[in-house]
Amino acid sequence: MLAYLTLIFTCQLVGEAAVRAVGVPVPGPVAGMVLLFLFLSFKGEVPEKLATVGDTLLRHLSLLFVPAGVGVMAHLSLLRTSWLPISVGLILSTVLAIIVTALVMRRLSGNVQ
Amino acid sequence: MSETPETVRDVWVYLAANPLLHLTLTLILYQVAALIFERSGGKPLLNPVMLSILAIAALLIVTETSYQTYFEGAQFIHFLLGPATVALAIPLYRQFERVKRSALALFASILAGSVTAAGSAVALGALTGGSADVLSSLAPKSVTAPVAMGITQALGGLSSLTAVLVILTGVLGAMIGPWLLTRIGVDNPAARGVAMGTAGHGIATARALEESEITGAFSGLAMGLNALATAVLLPLVWNLFAG
Repeated sequence: MLAYLTLIFTCQLVGEAAVRAVGVPVPGPVAGMVLLFLFLSFKGEVPEKLATVGDTLLRHLSLLFVPAGVGVMAHLSLLRTSWLPISVGLILSTVLAIIVTALVMRRLSGNVQ
Repeated sequence: MSETPETVRDVWVYLAANPLLHLTLTLILYQVAALIFERSGGKPLLNPVMLSILAIAALLIVTETSYQTYFEGAQFIHFLLGPATVALAIPLYRQFERVKRSALALFASILAGSVTAAGSAVALGALTGGSADVLSSLAPKSVTAPVAMGITQALGGLSSLTAVLVILTGVLGAMIGPWLLTRIGVDNPAARGVAMGTAGHGIATARALEESEITGAFSGLAMGLNALATAVLLPLVWNLFAG
């Protein structure tokens, strides 16, 4: 368990360093995700103990966004002056993006299940 | 007897300065919110992330606690976001055969979603009187926070406003995504995942993962690819229009 937790942290650390060194516009943890993916491809399977660590982290992924979400309340004044364009732009564009992405994906991958 | 209020105050002063208080508070309120969501049969408006954010924010306001003090405790939860993002490689690896089969559709739909998210946010924001600052903060709001803030900086906007809009977008995507997708008749788990990850980054990915591993895997990948696509394309298109 400890070894795989260390592996996950190492992927993130190397990922953080790599995106800064190369200057690609992805967050360090996403680069770390690619590294862990490469490790799994090399290994050819997901080791059972790594699956335990990973599934534990991911089971409550929603919870992990709560502290940052509370931070929004501290910055609500930023929204006040332009509440109309912000709420219209944010809500409708999110609805549109979900619909367009899903329909294009469904259309193009039609018979692939 | 006159000592009692003093003691209570002392205990409060001690607790309020201890990171354990806000760490525990976050854990408890999130679990209560998750229970309410579950009992309601999954009503979008009772999304547990939104409920717990509102409850915690209300408590902080009532107890006159600063966000900084709260975060001293909550940071231990926040910290796990990085390793959890890395761990998204596991569902992705397990579902990779499926991902490969629909690679072309995946790229095309993420691209379409990226353009729609940014384009419609800017267009609708402009139509309703948004300033240049607001528009450049709105543009990358579907992209995961660190990249979105970088994009806004490149466009010359306010990255602090972007951070707020990114989180609101993610919570909105997690809330309405599953409901909206069912409503328009999209039940394919891959299509649901790509849509949620592209429109609502990590927060919607967390929700997608609760639907199924396939949905979560596609969502996590879409989040990463959309960050890359938007970061490359948006500044180019923006300068085309601005210049």
